Amino acid sequence: MSATAETAPAPTGAGGGPLLAVAGLRVGFVTEDGRVQAVDGVDFELEPGEVLAIVGESGSGKSVTAQTIIGLTRSPNSHIEGSVRLRGEELTTQTEAQLQKVRGSQIAMIFQDPMTSLNPVYSVGKQIVEAIRAHRSSVSRSSAHARAIELLGAVGIPDPERRVDDYPHEFSGGMRQRAMIAMGLALEPSVLIADEPTTALDVTIQAQILHLIQDLNRSRGLATILITHDLGVVAEVADRVLVMYGGKVVEQGSLDDIFYDPQHPYTWGLLGSLTRLDQPRPHRLPQISGAPPSLLSLSRGCAFRPRCPHEFAKCKEVPGLEARLAEDPGHRDRCRLAAEQKRKLREIEGRIGLEEPA
Amino acid sequence: MSEIGTTSSDGGPLLEVTDLVKHFPIKSGLLVDREVDQVRAVDGISFYVNKGETLGLVGESGSGKSTACRAVLQLLTPTSGSVKFEGREIAGMSRRHLRPLRREMQMIFQDPYASLNPRKRIGQIVGDQLKIQKVASGKELRTRVEGLLDRVGLSPEHYNRFPHEFSGGQRQRIGIARALALGPKLVFCDEPVSALDVSIQAQIVNLLDDLQDEMGLTYVFVAHDIGVVRHISDRIAVMNHGKIVETGDADQVCEHPRDDYTKKLLAAVPIADPRESRARRERTVAG
Repeated sequence: MSATAETAPAPTGAGGGPLLAVAGLRVGFVTEDGRVQAVDGVDFELEPGEVLAIVGESGSGKSVTAQTIIGLTRSPNSHIEGSVRLRGEELTTQTEAQLQKVRGSQIAMIFQDPMTSLNPVYSVGKQIVEAIRAHRSSVSRSSAHARAIELLGAVGIPDPERRVDDYPHEFSGGMRQRAMIAMGLALEPSVLIADEPTTALDVTIQAQILHLIQDLNRSRGLATILITHDLGVVAEVADRVLVMYGGKVVEQGSLDDIFYDPQHPYTWGLLGSLTRLDQPRPHRLPQISGAPPSLLSLSRGCAFRPRCPHEFAKCKEVPGLEARLAEDPGHRDRCRLAAEQKRKLREIEGRIGLEEPA
Repeated sequence: MSEIGTTSSDGGPLLEVTDLVKHFPIKSGLLVDREVDQVRAVDGISFYVNKGETLGLVGESGSGKSTACRAVLQLLTPTSGSVKFEGREIAGMSRRHLRPLRREMQMIFQDPYASLNPRKRIGQIVGDQLKIQKVASGKELRTRVEGLLDRVGLSPEHYNRFPHEFSGGQRQRIGIARALALGPKLVFCDEPVSALDVSIQAQIVNLLDDLQDEMGLTYVFVAHDIGVVRHISDRIAVMNHGKIVETGDADQVCEHPRDDYTKKLLAAVPIADPRESRARRERTVAG
């Protein structure tokens, strides 16, 4: 279905490469307590119409990765290495003024909390108009207003002609998130970064927002980076998945790779601790022991080592992110266990999980 | 089949709620407040909880589940209805008469960052109620608090630390230790895991499970995450617009929902299985 002209990889933009390419991205912050390497080597490519999910817990570096793409982590105490290319154009070296032109018009971002990301003293419509006119000063106020109404309608807000003049507090949580998406789409960006877009919403509203993102994906060829901690959400919308832990990508692959042939014990743990409504409930919920690591005191070698029941001597060196399955070069992980062993170890009572340490 | 209102055989349920109503007035007017309307937050709900079981209460935001908990615990005065704890009517009791009952009924809150006083040490947070209720003091108080900390997976050395030194999961453990300090019979858990990281959620759910077995606790477990509620509950009550629309055995409600709202709610829960969710999408497109 989606294999139309717009998803064909070759003729996108100037360079002919992928729409967005992130390579060797490292982001460090100097804090009072010491230097923190929040992101430590992230690589991925994104094509039009694709949904890439970045999964991880707090402190895994997933949000910092996304914010760095549009230059939101630039500050005197941060140190950014690596490259972010949009249609072949390097973004990390651009000036703030150049980046402003990219933000919104080419890459848009929506945030978790739609209440705090809208300005409460301006009407929703005015904020969309402002976003449009900030980038396209030639657009008249009235045509920008008309466009705002059209956008609100497109994201499923009923009666947009009337609601456009409402203030954010007059919108429900789901409608506010729709308004944020409308604002994000106002300048027809090619990449949408959604940072936990449904975490603050009820499940029925969450389902609507996810469908909306999926529709936009298909109909406009919008490439999406979806940041979430919820593997259920990932299973519903993603094409490819990055699993992050302690600032590093520990596993990346296609949606089916991650769910049906996961290679890293942390991924097993995440999958195992899900409460699934479509399966009989286990007597005890499989858990990952310990807590997500502090980036100030990461253990040497594999960051997951202190919580991993399958730790062995080789885990003391940092394992590289490599394709370890000959038949699937796109599926890469950072665990040194042999593929054979992994297949055996991850099987717990007929489902994938992480064994509890004795 | 209707379980609402019926009671268990031996000696009746631990908690029995009948036609509980909590309306909040909407007032208007310049000098004299006139009541112009009401928010029917809880609009006549009835349920019971037997000793040692877990009742799950699910619903979306605004469905009235938190208000229901607070009205049952008499933290909010109910507009009308009856709340019986061990057969005794507690709705409308004075604060003085309620105080001894606070030992029996406790609550664990959602936000581990907002529910602990940042200026108090952990020992104080967990131990103050033992002092107020004159259960223990001095050395004995300290021993009991350290025992509680140990039981919820913290270490006794944490006694003199402040809340900000702990992670979200550890703070929730402190909240649990505080709720259990007086040896309650009934514990209301209001979204106890929804603010926590995925890998920590399972730890807290398992901890609550273990504590229930050990101490013979009875839980009312409130959450919007149906997967978690189903895992921990024996029975589930589904709330919508201040009313309970369906109650029943946890697996029964999740696998064979009878009410339309329950069906809609379950259909919206993402399935963490790409093949399954693709199949479901195709079914909905076809249907």
